Amino acid sequence: MSKQGQLAISERIAMRWGPLWTLFYRYGPPHWSQLLLRNGWGKRLVIGVPYLWLTLFFLVPFVIVLKISFAELRLAMPPYTPLWEWVGDKAIAIKLNFATYSFLVHESLYVSAYLYSLQVAAVSTLLCLLLGYPMAYGISRASPTWRSIFLMLIILPFWTSFLLRVYAWIGLLKSNGVINNVLMALGIIHEPITMMQTDFAVYIGIVYSYLPFMILPLYTNLEKHDLTLLEAAADLGARPTKAFFRITLPLSVPGIIAGSLLVFIPAVGEYVIPSLLGRTDQLMIGRVLSDEFFSNSDWPVASSVAILMLLLLLVPIAAFQYFQSRELRKRT
Amino acid sequence: MSPMRRSFFVPTVLAFGFAFLYVPILSMMFFSLNNSKLVTVWDAANSPTLKWYSELFANRQIMGAAWLSIRIAAVNATGAAILGTLVGLVLSRFGSFKGRTLLSVMTTAPLVMPEVITGLSMLLLFVALEQVIGWPSGRGVTTITIAHITFSMSYVAVIVQSRLASFDESLEEAAMDLGARPPRVFRSITLPLIFPAILSGWLLAFTLSWDDLVISQFVAGPGSTTLPMVIFSKVRLGVSPDVNALATIMVLVVATGVVFSAIFMQRREKQRQREVQMALASGD
Repeated sequence: MSKQGQLAISERIAMRWGPLWTLFYRYGPPHWSQLLLRNGWGKRLVIGVPYLWLTLFFLVPFVIVLKISFAELRLAMPPYTPLWEWVGDKAIAIKLNFATYSFLVHESLYVSAYLYSLQVAAVSTLLCLLLGYPMAYGISRASPTWRSIFLMLIILPFWTSFLLRVYAWIGLLKSNGVINNVLMALGIIHEPITMMQTDFAVYIGIVYSYLPFMILPLYTNLEKHDLTLLEAAADLGARPTKAFFRITLPLSVPGIIAGSLLVFIPAVGEYVIPSLLGRTDQLMIGRVLSDEFFSNSDWPVASSVAILMLLLLLVPIAAFQYFQSRELRKRT
Repeated sequence: MSPMRRSFFVPTVLAFGFAFLYVPILSMMFFSLNNSKLVTVWDAANSPTLKWYSELFANRQIMGAAWLSIRIAAVNATGAAILGTLVGLVLSRFGSFKGRTLLSVMTTAPLVMPEVITGLSMLLLFVALEQVIGWPSGRGVTTITIAHITFSMSYVAVIVQSRLASFDESLEEAAMDLGARPPRVFRSITLPLIFPAILSGWLLAFTLSWDDLVISQFVAGPGSTTLPMVIFSKVRLGVSPDVNALATIMVLVVATGVVFSAIFMQRREKQRQREVQMALASGD
């Protein structure tokens, strides 16, 4: 049979079996290896595999969360009502339930959890910046040998378990912990100070865990500064402090933004640190989400909490994305 | 010389910062040798002792969880290294194509996404998939591994991407001009150049998975309790001396690894510089 005839039959089958068959016929096994070798297809495969993975396991899950946030709670498995139902033969009834959202917005428990999370994240980010900036500055101006030793010391705790580093603070902060014992032995205090389960403990925990995320982007930025600018400023009579505020600080703004976002965004949803060190009378939103899901099995409320948190973080995340891609493009 | 050199402020903060970073870890290591069960009260009569270490190694639950975590972390790191390298390659070498922005968003977003959101969304996906296609049946090691790969491949992608950005495409172009096809160019030019980045990406992905509590807690099933989950449930009840021993071992292992790799990298860098100088000298 001629090639033309083959194609004609296949087109006819295609009319019955749909485009899938055409695809299989045209790009069937004998053609695969050749096609893959051809530049375009290898390229498509390289793009396609991670693309498919991220779409399936990162993007689609958010759509599902969004879907469940509009559902109603019911006692079944899965514990939520379907969003659409077949009505008759060809019609679909879509039920969007906004009740969960209005419940969240009007219930003071959730509102205060959101506000408290924002407050904790903002204060911790500020503390991280206040401690991290001078450190990054000091490291970037040290001699090359010291610089690599300092950087290693910054990164080292980051490679050890996050959970265990938070745990270490329990031993320091609790009523009969190291800090209280030392202060009492020195006679500075006579009664142990309550530090566990306070805002202070959460700030310490977050600053401690996220400090490398603040220091590293700042260091990358500060290291690239042209020091002759400072010399020029000094020659023109500017005092070091003034030169710092007029030259170094403005130049390091991208580093400050990147570091702050890397600390702020995950800190808003932080779960482990407030669970181990934080208050029991005021929960952070990450804890609320997890409690709704695991203790109350209320999937719609947990999903709505997640969606609202995401909306809250959309602007910071978009800003981070923008700076990150700009940073990578600039280096190319 | 920088004018800030004379100030005492920066060295003071630097010293304070490092004390802040290391005092908790050192105190944890110190008290792992304490005989008393009241971790922070030093029992001078019977300490130092290694009894919590032997108790740790005798604890079947912790050892089993640690072995499970190591296996998950290794599979995760390998998967994340492969996928992350592909993403890094695509984003920095493939120019613009349809959907590039979406890919770059999907790569950077997991870096900052709060863990509870990632965990919840992954779990809901697995539940939905099980309903629709019957896979994965139940949750356990497979679902934890998939979830870990998804968030840690972003870190590998960023590392590979910044490594690729640090050298230009001229070497690859030269190989193409000499008639090498893209797979060959990748194998003999690009891969050797980015291999250190892939290796550090692998290690980072390993640590991220080994360390992850929140996402694992969401997507784990019965019988797949990882080490962080065991530690968390112990630690919630208060300090416990064998956790101190575990922490000490982990810190020592990591510190040894980091120090050795730093020395190794420095040697290699020096050797490379020598070779470059020799090449330049012989070129004249």
